[in-house]
Amino acid sequence: MSEVWSYLVTNGDDVLTALVQHIWLALLPVAIAFVLALPLGALVHRYGPVRHVALTAGSVIYTVPSLALLLLLPGLLGTSVLDPINVVIALTLYSLALLVRTTADGLDAVDPTVLQAASAMGYRPVRRWFTVQLPLAMPVILTGLRVATVANVSMVSVAALIGIGGLGQLFTRGFQLGFYLPPIVIGLVLSVALAVVADLLIVAVQRRLTPWARAGAR
Amino acid sequence: MSLDYLLDAANWSLTNPEGFPQRILEHLGYTALALLIAAVIAFPIGLLIGHTGRGALLAINLGNAGRALPTLGVLMLALAVVGIGLVPVTIALVVLAIPPILATTYAGIRSVADETVDAARGVGMTEPQIAWRVEVPIALPIIVGGLRNATLQVISTATIAAYAGLGGLGRYLFDGLATLEYDQVVAGAIVIAALAVVVDLALAGTQRLLVSPGVGARSAGNRPTTVHPEPNPEPAG
Amino acid sequence: MIEFESVTKRYPDGTVAVEDLSLKVGTGKITVFVGPSGCGKTTALRMINRMIEPTSGRVLIDGDDVTGRPEAELRREIGYVIQGAGLFPHRTVLDNVATVPILQGVTRRDARTSALGLLERVGLPANLGERYPSQLSGGQQQRVGVARALAADPPVLLMDEPFSAVDPVVRDDLQQELLRLQSELGKTIVLVTHDIDEAIRLGDEVAVFAQGARLAQFAPPADLLAAPADDFVASLVGRDRGFRGLGFADGSEITLRSIDHGVDGLALEVDPDGRPLGWRGADGLLPTEGTFRDGANLRTVTDLVILSPAGAAVRVDAEGRADGLVLLEDLAGSVRSQQRERLAALAMAEEAR
Repeated sequence: MSEVWSYLVTNGDDVLTALVQHIWLALLPVAIAFVLALPLGALVHRYGPVRHVALTAGSVIYTVPSLALLLLLPGLLGTSVLDPINVVIALTLYSLALLVRTTADGLDAVDPTVLQAASAMGYRPVRRWFTVQLPLAMPVILTGLRVATVANVSMVSVAALIGIGGLGQLFTRGFQLGFYLPPIVIGLVLSVALAVVADLLIVAVQRRLTPWARAGAR
Repeated sequence: MSLDYLLDAANWSLTNPEGFPQRILEHLGYTALALLIAAVIAFPIGLLIGHTGRGALLAINLGNAGRALPTLGVLMLALAVVGIGLVPVTIALVVLAIPPILATTYAGIRSVADETVDAARGVGMTEPQIAWRVEVPIALPIIVGGLRNATLQVISTATIAAYAGLGGLGRYLFDGLATLEYDQVVAGAIVIAALAVVVDLALAGTQRLLVSPGVGARSAGNRPTTVHPEPNPEPAG
Repeated sequence: MIEFESVTKRYPDGTVAVEDLSLKVGTGKITVFVGPSGCGKTTALRMINRMIEPTSGRVLIDGDDVTGRPEAELRREIGYVIQGAGLFPHRTVLDNVATVPILQGVTRRDARTSALGLLERVGLPANLGERYPSQLSGGQQQRVGVARALAADPPVLLMDEPFSAVDPVVRDDLQQELLRLQSELGKTIVLVTHDIDEAIRLGDEVAVFAQGARLAQFAPPADLLAAPADDFVASLVGRDRGFRGLGFADGSEITLRSIDHGVDGLALEVDPDGRPLGWRGADGLLPTEGTFRDGANLRTVTDLVILSPAGAAVRVDAEGRADGLVLLEDLAGSVRSQQRERLAALAMAEEAR
């Protein structure tokens, strides 16, 4: 325990830098994917053929291991292997594959009679989408967002294997120091803590946005 | 990007100890071992929790925490504690595979309609009979889905075995990076991705054989379930 | 006989589902538990096959406390049908029906063979046997549910809202089918419903439950209609109970007039074989609007009297030949006297208690 503390004291700046970098690398892709997933998910929800293509593409992306993707992207994009943009793109693709699907699922799950009732009361399509359909789909969409966020936070560590920053660097540091525990433990704790905090934040937002979901829950 | 390494026949020789066939076997070996252990641990727990409804919160939270653990960190921790070898790699992969298997087994069992379980109890099935003859067969598509998801994650993550000094397809990635032979890295990445796809298809085929036509994804859709199964597989490191 | 002895079910949170229920269900009869939702009728039913255990009191089947038997073994000897049937979606129709015999150790082949016979018995074609439940209509699923419950030939059949999930036309079919089956099988059936019309139609005896499974009245349907025990039962039974009660009254006691009896200047005209053709009057031939046979209930006869242009219902014999007329005044007399007799009998029964 004291070793962990002394490591923190002497390498505090490095740890902080790694943490900040980790946050960026993990959350930026989720944010980008979330924004892109809303229109794409709506398309998938609406058009059957698009659904098949999009969901198949998503499944294929999933089967590509992240480390393999990180190493293939530079060849495909012409970027340097050490460029963090590879990590951002790779994680955005994974998050997108997940979020498009959950967005479509969420929209599918909205009771069609509610939408008919909204139309019957005079909602125009755009307004109905934003004020009725999207809010009702939110619980499912946000569940997907939680999964994507937690997955990204734990996945970014892999980037350290090819020399890109983030908390994973603490693991490789421990490796280089002959399996020295303090950086490994610090990395694990911070990574899990970050995932938990991010998850709780989304839950808090979800509670604010969808109070009815709790009212009906058992 | 050059595919020379991938297409070099010598690398596909069955006798070459560093060739693809040998590495694929090693890779599948690590994967199978980890999945077997994870399934032996997670399936009974998921079944018990799903059937009794007790301890659900604990299981869900443990599962989520497991999901948040970076596998690389778990591997390093295991290496530091038990030393180099197959054991720490297997520990890391087992920790990775348990959450999806546990969560989907639980979700699958919970998704069985209440009246079906009620009817099973009412016709005089014992609790183990209800679990094995009714709940598991009906939940099978979801459970196998979780197993496929876990398999994908473990296959893609088993590359770390090479980082810990063992074999498997990860060798090409790390050796290639170390010697700056990008060919080898690309070849390794492509073979891993292809292996993942092939194994997933094989499992999908098995699923089709195992699952009763009566609970096929579409035909069973006449009754909405209250539990939303895991939304999706998640990619793994 | 199934007997409830001061049975109470209280949940840990303090809710009382059933309070001090005592009741005897007759062997070979259909006994219906009816009441508003949440009145504890389903809880009471489920205590018979130990799906729910009573907090206090006993449930006896033929004198034996149900808690004296292992649950699973007990349940295999009691048929159980629930709303929506609760079929196993992963098993074919035949395998669903064969469930209990297989649990009891019958070979799969034998169980499936007798399952095939049961399908026929509940009015389903044999070719449905290899289908899965999701490929059947709601009414068909419910029939399979009944077949599954009957598969081990249990003396007792419990039915929990068995016909509530199907549309009215199908429900009507299923109710008729149940009555037909029961006339062949003579099981001891306990059926739970919230539908008073279903209770009156199916029940040999009807137990009306109020909140907490308080037994508001336990009587044959005719008595329920003729003399509701209190306002609660009266409101549950609803409107037109007098007219509906005629369905249980015997139509053969009414004075019969000769078919030559003219009414209001109308005379019954028959063909050479004696079959009624219509009422002949100044305006030509008017329709009889139907006929009845011996054994018809008063409700049928009354309906014919009301519809008839002559105010007289025509009775026919087995060959369809007209053999008598029932006039409005004779009908009224019979209704009056039967209602008086019924009330007197009820009062006597009350006194005897």
